[in-house]
Amino acid sequence: MENIKPIIETKNLTKRFDKLIAVNNLNISIHEGEIFGLLGPNGAGKTTTLSMLATLLPPSEGSAFVHGFDVEKEPSKVRHSIGFVFQDPSSDDLLTGRENLYLHALMYGVEMHDINQKMDDVLKLVDLTDRQNERMKRYSGGMRRRLELARGLLHEPKILFLDEPTLGLDPQSREHIWSYIKKLSTERKVTIILTTHYMEEADQLCDRLAIIDHGKIVALDTPAKLKKSLGGDVVTLRTKDPDLVAVKKLHYVLDLKQEGDQVMLTVDNAGTHLQEILKKIGNVESVESRSPTLNDVFLHFTGREIRDHGSEGGTFERMITSRRK
Amino acid sequence: MSELTGLYALWYRELKVFSREPSRIVSSLIQPLMWLLIYGTGLGSIVSVSSTGTSYQSFIFPGILAMTVLFGSLFFGLYVILDKRVDFLKEVLVAPLNRSTIFFGKVLGGSTDGLIQIVLLMILGALFFGIPLSFYSVFMSFLIVILLLVSITSLGLTIGAIMESPEGFGLITSFVIFPLFFLSGALFPVDKLPAWLHVFVVINPVSYAVDGLRTVILGISGFGLALDFMVLIVFAVVMVLIGTAAFKRMKI
Repeated sequence: MENIKPIIETKNLTKRFDKLIAVNNLNISIHEGEIFGLLGPNGAGKTTTLSMLATLLPPSEGSAFVHGFDVEKEPSKVRHSIGFVFQDPSSDDLLTGRENLYLHALMYGVEMHDINQKMDDVLKLVDLTDRQNERMKRYSGGMRRRLELARGLLHEPKILFLDEPTLGLDPQSREHIWSYIKKLSTERKVTIILTTHYMEEADQLCDRLAIIDHGKIVALDTPAKLKKSLGGDVVTLRTKDPDLVAVKKLHYVLDLKQEGDQVMLTVDNAGTHLQEILKKIGNVESVESRSPTLNDVFLHFTGREIRDHGSEGGTFERMITSRRK
Repeated sequence: MSELTGLYALWYRELKVFSREPSRIVSSLIQPLMWLLIYGTGLGSIVSVSSTGTSYQSFIFPGILAMTVLFGSLFFGLYVILDKRVDFLKEVLVAPLNRSTIFFGKVLGGSTDGLIQIVLLMILGALFFGIPLSFYSVFMSFLIVILLLVSITSLGLTIGAIMESPEGFGLITSFVIFPLFFLSGALFPVDKLPAWLHVFVVINPVSYAVDGLRTVILGISGFGLALDFMVLIVFAVVMVLIGTAAFKRMKI
């Protein structure tokens, strides 16, 4: 894959809003056909990045090429090559699903004699054939998102941008949307770039993933490799008065963090070594061992948690929610 | 070619939305009808415009047509701000269309909506208010109304493109719509106004639409039809140019 020219490439892409640097020297290359994720908390610069790639915002510095076209010099050609599914609803409530598709087809210059066939195809792809003639007012959040996915594909773009494709959906609809996105990728061979702050979504969908924080990429790899980069399993122990010195000396304990009576270890091959650790550490009330998740990866690279489901509701999470409209 | 189908798409959307909301059409007619029926009858009972050879109610009818255009079209344009709040405008802006095409699509859509309202008002005027209509007067009225629709929709879109939030809507009503309306001669003959007030009437483009409509419908002329058309054409061209520029610069 490395020999192929990337379908999207950015060079030191930067966006400033007054003093705030929303996107800071971003360098990414995305290959044709992959599902590429931008993972980060709200305000990390994900949507700004997409907007620049989609020619909706001019970059402050640096350059970006989409499907071989410079986003600043040939915006119209870029826009012909891409489809965009926005974070907020972007279809007309008073029109039916099919009418919304029809409008989109006209605006993107889809050949008149192809329009009906193409609308039928994409409607079928997202299983909305039965509901196509209903006004979108009556659509659920998940259906609306599906229709907007279908609409993004109508003009057969090479690249599809999805901005938080499952934001605000219930878990069931979310999994539905995931399966549709996978289907698009395999059946239509579209390159998909999505932003998300749901760890699970990034893990499930993305071939490669860039963790982005404060407008910068802090890590970029496949989800599996990112998790592996932590070097081992995550072991969480609840214990009073632990003997941390002895545990630290063990060569397979790669990392150790203590928070109150909770000790978090990164352990190479926890399965075989757990017994020994328990012996050394002293009185243990509870123990939990698991493979690392993207959450751990995020924590490792940024020093904080992204908290997508957030039962604790830390300051950081409140900050995220307060930014949402 | 694709710009043309894009233009058609934007127009089609406005028309569909307009036709799906019959309440909007009805409510857009209520206000002008109240002016005609209540204000026209009420004030008509004490003032006389007999020098013009017509009843007060008929006299303000062309002015009420202009008012309908003024309110409807300006707000149509301003609603771009609401589109900005959701991502609907982005869906249009990310399409491979020129900003000017998007602007013209909006103007075309808004003008069509407005023209439908005017047609309905004219029918009601002829049926219930004894407004004399002929092929000539209807045809000429349409020309005048279309010029005014294009100008005022463009004005609304310009303000909408510049404004960030809908909180300023009230200000627009006070500082744009009401002066343009009251200083247009829609409700009273302007030839007897004191000079300082008359100046405002003369520099208000809407005055020429009111005068033109009054000329072709009632045969009462002030500025002369040629001047009316000239001013309205210049007004429309200028507003479209300003609007296109504002749309090109619009940030979302």
